[in-house]
Amino acid sequence: MFTTKSGEKIFVIDGHTHLWDGSPANQRNIHGKQFIDCFYDYHHLGPDSYIWPKEKFERYTEEDYVKDVFEEGYADVAIFNPQYLGDFYYNGFSDLKRNEAFRQQHPDRIIANGFWDPRNGENGLDVFENDAKAYNWKGVKLYTAEWHGDSKGWKLTDPWAYRYFEKCQELGIKNIHVHKGPTIRPLNKDAFDVEDVDDAATTFTDLNFIVEHVGLPRLEDFCYIAAQEPNVYAGLAVVTALIHRRPHYFGEILGELLFWLGPDRILYGSDYGIWSPKWIVEEFMNFELPDDVAVETGKSLTLEVRRKIMGENAARLYDIDIAERRKKLGLSLPAKAEATAAMV
Amino acid sequence: MDRDTRTQEVWSALGTVTDPEIDESVTSLDFVTSVQIQPGNKIRIEFRLPTYWCAPNFAFLMASDMRDAVTELPWVEKVTVELLDHFSADLINRGVALKQGFRDAFPGETDDDLSAIRLKFLGKAFERRQELLIRHLLANGRDPAWITAVSLRELMSLPLEAEGVRLRNLYVFSRRRNHCEEEGFAFMTVDGSPLDSSGFRTYLRKVTGVRRNAEYNGFICRGLLAARNAALIALQTDEQVKKSGVAGVQELQNETAAFRSVAGD
Repeated sequence: MFTTKSGEKIFVIDGHTHLWDGSPANQRNIHGKQFIDCFYDYHHLGPDSYIWPKEKFERYTEEDYVKDVFEEGYADVAIFNPQYLGDFYYNGFSDLKRNEAFRQQHPDRIIANGFWDPRNGENGLDVFENDAKAYNWKGVKLYTAEWHGDSKGWKLTDPWAYRYFEKCQELGIKNIHVHKGPTIRPLNKDAFDVEDVDDAATTFTDLNFIVEHVGLPRLEDFCYIAAQEPNVYAGLAVVTALIHRRPHYFGEILGELLFWLGPDRILYGSDYGIWSPKWIVEEFMNFELPDDVAVETGKSLTLEVRRKIMGENAARLYDIDIAERRKKLGLSLPAKAEATAAMV
Repeated sequence: MDRDTRTQEVWSALGTVTDPEIDESVTSLDFVTSVQIQPGNKIRIEFRLPTYWCAPNFAFLMASDMRDAVTELPWVEKVTVELLDHFSADLINRGVALKQGFRDAFPGETDDDLSAIRLKFLGKAFERRQELLIRHLLANGRDPAWITAVSLRELMSLPLEAEGVRLRNLYVFSRRRNHCEEEGFAFMTVDGSPLDSSGFRTYLRKVTGVRRNAEYNGFICRGLLAARNAALIALQTDEQVKKSGVAGVQELQNETAAFRSVAGD
């Protein structure tokens, strides 16, 4: 919960967090080392005072998570969007069992999503179904850049991916978080292409496609797709981290998203542990769109818009009744303005 | 020609090679880590990208462009380009050394060369540069009707301040590269269609998006490279610094500090 200077209470859902193990003991090969090293370089795009020692960054604890995300990071509820990366790490980068054990300790505060990989074929479908039922998944994280034997990536339009989407429909898993990072293959194409989101979202209109990192660096392609597909959402993880060193640029991106998608399809995420949510939330809540962006897009960051981005939009996707959840968590009553906004 | 002059010529040649996504030179992005002139005018160039994961197709384009640009120097006998710390470094370095096409460098992985993607990103560079110049002209009192109607000849003779001249040069270079026409409108779409003032705002929004992406790439790449180099310093401090001397390390530290100050921390 974040309280504004004027005393308004904002319910916060951190839409993108991790518990990972990138430590040397878990690294299977040089790629595992390079993967966590690259994350650590991203970590340095945040404020200097929030830089962790490498050892902590490689494998932080559940206690760190509680302190950084819930106690200091303002989140009332947080979502795990795990990555397997079994070709790089002995026990996977994210461990579904560890996530689930942690979720059981904080059942009202953690949403633990799963994952699938279409390259696992028929057998993978069964594993996915069993896991989804055992863990009661509400969403999945898809990482198309994942290596898998000789394959160095996949597309949402692969025939087997469609089989898995159909399985999601069958199981009632409606939230599909897609990481669009550089997908290496096919090698002669633009590795950051987001067009496969368009096809998948058009085919599976009852699934929600939350595109993490808003397809950057292909923002214009993402906006073009999202403007046409009402079930495509913008996940702000990584984008929010730009707010510290490049606030005007952050404002430009946010302005574009508000212009093309509107305020109901943008979800806050910190990408913890790459960055600590505390400074991101504080800087975002104090942020105003730069004048030139406000003029060009005709948009502004009203309190209602902030409430939607910080929690209400994710609450809608994950069937969270904010007023009820507040009571459960023992949080103070919502301010009047929010009660009204929540009913809209 | 003395050694310093030759070294300078190599760096200048490398300065003409751009990262296709960022549309800035590989030297201003600090990708090139060393240039050595070996006996017999054999040149060895080393470069490092911001991450181990950078797309191999762009890495291959940059490496072969560097090889070609330096090979064009008349006194150069042989050029070796070596990409460091990258998951496809072996294949890329080998392919560039053998002057292979991309298809042969990555056998069985692609049935096409990189000409389509190269063209696509030259188009993006054109749009990015055009947007910067158009915004500059708008800020200096020109309106959409003027911009959509002005000829290249008029644009070239327009008195501009230093920043305007710089942006105009960048754009005109790119325009030539894309269209090779010296007559006609100064501004057109990347396909060569004329702009009309009624659709001007929409068009500007579109090319702004292209510029924004390049800018994002530039920011992330500089930040990650600075962090990666700083980590390298930390690694070196224990073992290698005594051997290699402190000059290189000092340079890297300056670079990191420069990024921090540009980035506003």
